[in-house]
Amino acid sequence: MNPKRLRIGFIPLCDATALIVAVDKGFAAAEGLDVELVREVSWSNVRDKLNIGLFDVAHLIAPVAIASSLGLGHVKVPILAPFGLGVNGNAITVSPELYAALAATADGNIADPVVSGRALARVVASRKAKAQDPLTFGMTFPFSTHNYHLRFWMAAGGVDPDEDVRMIVLPPPYMVESLANKHVDGFCVGAPWNSVAVDLGIGYILHFVSEILSRAAEKVLAVRASWSAENPDMLRRLIRALGRAAAFVENPANRDEASAILAAPNRIGASAEVIRRTLDGRLKVTPDGTIRTSDRYLLVGRKAAGRPDPVQAAWLYAQMVRWGQAPYSDEMLAAAKAVFRPDLYDAALPSEAPDTAGEPVDGIGAFTGPPFDANDIERHLAASKIRR
Amino acid sequence: MARCLMIDQLFMDPTFKIVIVDENPVRAAILEEGLREAGHVHVVRIDEMSHLLTRIYAIDPDVILIDLENPSRDVLEQMFQVSRAVKRPVAMFVDQSDTASIQASVDAGVSAYIVGNLQKERIKTILDLCISRFNAFSRLQNELDRTRSALEERKVIDRAKGILMKAKNLSEDTAYALLRKTAMNENKKIAEVAQSVVTAAELFK
Repeated sequence: MNPKRLRIGFIPLCDATALIVAVDKGFAAAEGLDVELVREVSWSNVRDKLNIGLFDVAHLIAPVAIASSLGLGHVKVPILAPFGLGVNGNAITVSPELYAALAATADGNIADPVVSGRALARVVASRKAKAQDPLTFGMTFPFSTHNYHLRFWMAAGGVDPDEDVRMIVLPPPYMVESLANKHVDGFCVGAPWNSVAVDLGIGYILHFVSEILSRAAEKVLAVRASWSAENPDMLRRLIRALGRAAAFVENPANRDEASAILAAPNRIGASAEVIRRTLDGRLKVTPDGTIRTSDRYLLVGRKAAGRPDPVQAAWLYAQMVRWGQAPYSDEMLAAAKAVFRPDLYDAALPSEAPDTAGEPVDGIGAFTGPPFDANDIERHLAASKIRR
Repeated sequence: MARCLMIDQLFMDPTFKIVIVDENPVRAAILEEGLREAGHVHVVRIDEMSHLLTRIYAIDPDVILIDLENPSRDVLEQMFQVSRAVKRPVAMFVDQSDTASIQASVDAGVSAYIVGNLQKERIKTILDLCISRFNAFSRLQNELDRTRSALEERKVIDRAKGILMKAKNLSEDTAYALLRKTAMNENKKIAEVAQSVVTAAELFK
């Protein structure tokens, strides 16, 4: 059989793990796929190249897949997400100065997002009283999980992300430098960048995003709906290869090998040791070496992370509505949910029994607010005091 | 004459401003020159990416051109968002129906953002100019790469010839003939065979 050729775009981040391992460890070839992985520098490039067909498939930040399908911010191209490339994996990192200011005003354990959010509100108020510049936070894209995670956390503490602080887009490779030269006071980004900042002694990891939302869809495997319709067999093979790769990575015995594969300069291009920390959920969070561990830091394949959940798509659409990026309509909610396709996942990996024991009942597990109801996001939004 | 008229109509607007965001100074200069030839007097190049949006807002351009190798493209996407900082609406360079233009510009490696409400023909002319200049730059780059690798190949073949001449006491012509014959037999390029000779010789040192 002739191998089927596929061109797949990706951004060098730890949540491209299943994709990179599927290709470099031979899981894709075993499915008869000849994949060319193309490393990209911006989400705009990945989106545009997927939209016009230069890529068949892409590693894409979940909200961009939804925005593209809804025609928000750019041309409308229906995108499907038949595989989840990562659940969680982001962290909020702040400068040593902001960390000290938060710690000084915290009325409890700063590792608790309720406490840190309230502390942030006090720091913001005190800066305002002294007529100081507002704090600036970096995130990766207007339609990004990082944008929504930061906003969810600070708004819960009483900080209006549009009025009280500045939110700016920064490409992940520029995050650390921007924190070092005081261009930003904090950021939310995926691995390995938070660890890089801590290792350089210029950042403190304040929160793993898994402390804010127990379960947050991060990157997805994105395909054009038209491509999916024309290539059902190839898509099934690809999903199978990704499922095998994700399972491989989740076996701790394989993590050294996986980390070495991912560390290659043409892949993630970070140290294998830092990547291993990410996969293990064992991160150095302060420059003096404090370690924080979480078995939820980044889920690549375990806890059914690969199976797309429409509840996640609804939560992301709710954030777009909350922050004025999208109007609310029942049709748009339904269209957003329809981007995430567990049925395509199940068709390719029928034997997989989803391992969801202990996962949040509402599918999200936010640290604050009422349980999320994917069929009633207006109620979710009504509970938000700060919104557009 | 007709060309002059077109330029008059389309470009002789003294307030019209174009920003080029490109970290490659040669390519940016080629593009700027093209735009100036076409009558654009207000062309500003930005090659420093920190505080990019602040710089752009200060210039308040009508069109922003950015190369696709630049991670800061995502920063520009923030201009689409409603916020206090944005004074005028920003749009992508073409409408949804014009996929040929999107394809051509992505192939060339450039993207354009339009601020405010510009006439479509004007954008199209600027974008076409951009695409042709970016393609010209790639051609130049490829030529340079080819020349460079041809030079490298000649160097390695010369070294391999020298090694063979010394080791097997051959004349220069015979040494070259031997390389060429081996390359033909093994279905390889002469430079590849020459490289293995050089590598082997280094191992035996």
